[in-house]
Amino acid sequence: MKTFKGRVLAGGYFKGEAIVSHQGVNTLATFQKSALKNAKQVIASDQNNPDLYGKNITGLALCLPITIGSTTGGLVIQTVCSMGINPSCFLFSESIDSLAASGIVLAKVWNDSKVICIDKLGDEFLNTIKSGDQIEVKEDGSVTIL
Amino acid sequence: MYTPKMHLTDEEMAILRGEKGDTLAKVMETVVRFGDIFDAPKLVPVTHHEGHLVTSFGIGLLKPLFKTMDELIQDNLKTKGPFTLDPRPIDYKNVKCNLLEKLVFSKIMYSKQDMYEEQLMKVGLKNKNAFSCTCYLDEVGNIPKMGDILSWAESSAVVYANSVLGARCNRNSGMLDLFGSVLGKVPYFGLLTDEGRKATWCVELKTTKLPEAQILGSAIGMKVMEDVPYVIGLDKFLGHELNDETKAYLKDFGAASASNGAVGLYHIDKLTPEAKELGEKLITKDAKTYVIDDEEIERVYKSYPIMWKKPNKRGNLVFIGCPHLTYSQLINWTKKIEKGLNDVNKKKVNRRVIMTCAPDVKEKFMRSEYYPKLISFGVKLSSICPLMYTNNPITHSKRIMTNSNKLRTYSMARYYKDDDLLALITKGEK
Repeated sequence: MKTFKGRVLAGGYFKGEAIVSHQGVNTLATFQKSALKNAKQVIASDQNNPDLYGKNITGLALCLPITIGSTTGGLVIQTVCSMGINPSCFLFSESIDSLAASGIVLAKVWNDSKVICIDKLGDEFLNTIKSGDQIEVKEDGSVTIL
Repeated sequence: MYTPKMHLTDEEMAILRGEKGDTLAKVMETVVRFGDIFDAPKLVPVTHHEGHLVTSFGIGLLKPLFKTMDELIQDNLKTKGPFTLDPRPIDYKNVKCNLLEKLVFSKIMYSKQDMYEEQLMKVGLKNKNAFSCTCYLDEVGNIPKMGDILSWAESSAVVYANSVLGARCNRNSGMLDLFGSVLGKVPYFGLLTDEGRKATWCVELKTTKLPEAQILGSAIGMKVMEDVPYVIGLDKFLGHELNDETKAYLKDFGAASASNGAVGLYHIDKLTPEAKELGEKLITKDAKTYVIDDEEIERVYKSYPIMWKKPNKRGNLVFIGCPHLTYSQLINWTKKIEKGLNDVNKKKVNRRVIMTCAPDVKEKFMRSEYYPKLISFGVKLSSICPLMYTNNPITHSKRIMTNSNKLRTYSMARYYKDDDLLALITKGEK
């Protein structure tokens, strides 16, 4: 078991599976296809991201450095949160970027979303965790790989 | 009530407490929470009141967006100045669709377009021509001054405003762009500060010729992600003056860097305003270095995956103009296509070619001698957003060809260099 501590931007408890992107996650490219289909889960559709492409990310803990891409990004995160098909947690190794931060804040303030968001977990976190790992996330921003 | 970390004035606190209505309180809370995440010490006034919004499409599932717009309208909230926004998603006149496509677009995908445009008018949309990602062009006229504070979104417009115009704007998301324009205030952090505008990457360009703008931007975006690059060596090809040609190059370069990475500001040595003023003082001491030569450009180009289901089949639809083309780019493409067709004794391009530009640019171009020529070649001119068009699950399967790295990133479109694309549409097999 290894535990990492980050900054809590939206707290909550989660126990479940992680999915990891070692590169910046392009929010629009990743979520748009499933969101537009009104799908029940998000199958990541960013062709440039081999870590996530074609995989389900709904209900998982998405571990990533930052998000990148179009400035629709925040609205896309808010939308998938309002549809209930968002990753349960966004776990950033770096400081959160402005688009993801917008999305998390919009989802909290306007949709009362329960999405969990922690940033500044560090490079070692992303180097250690692997897709499929079981993890536990606590209110205080600790993330334990079980 | 949310307890802000940043310092707010008495008036701002009153808004947050709900003294000017619940909706404005939520708008303020969103902006303040957002700023607090980045340790912004305060809000600062937006000095260029013409906003630019990224969300131009009435996609039915964007229910949170429409609901928020309704709440703003009910509380009679408007932006401080008129705003422009990204291109419309459909243009049946110039981008023909079959019945099934029309059904999917109008009844499913963009079923809320008309309703959403009504909402936009009520909160401050400039006019019906205001739909373009290139709002900063002279013809469109949403042009901030150097040092202006903005509340814009649209990654390609933000990076252009910051880098080429020297304005100051963070990479705001959709909704935050609108909220900052309603409040007339934005959090002070990141690209609004002198420190945040310093380059943490030094890019040394060592190519033997001017690289394709969209590949160079893509290479830098994928390398530096959200950091600020200072590019040395590009002035050797572009010169030291911002004219129509260099601005068009930087528009396309920036759009690729912002969509393939998350670049919000770049400096081009001896060319962009802050680089001209401050030079290499803009580069931080511990900046990383990225050397780009001909091999690196080719490596990046060859790394783009081809997403067509049948990659060996001929492309059947071409989009040129993401971001929207400038007036000069339209003239240049018209001349190049004319020459390409003349070389092979043909009168028309050999497949569907759609060029896109701002409605105001299109009106100007239609008055020029080049418009009848371009149309006679079989090219269609539209103000559509190609990306929104490719979002249709049916058009998704078309083999779309483009010279836009942004469109490539967000769709199944295949990227071609300008000259290759020109050769294919004029000389390629029918």
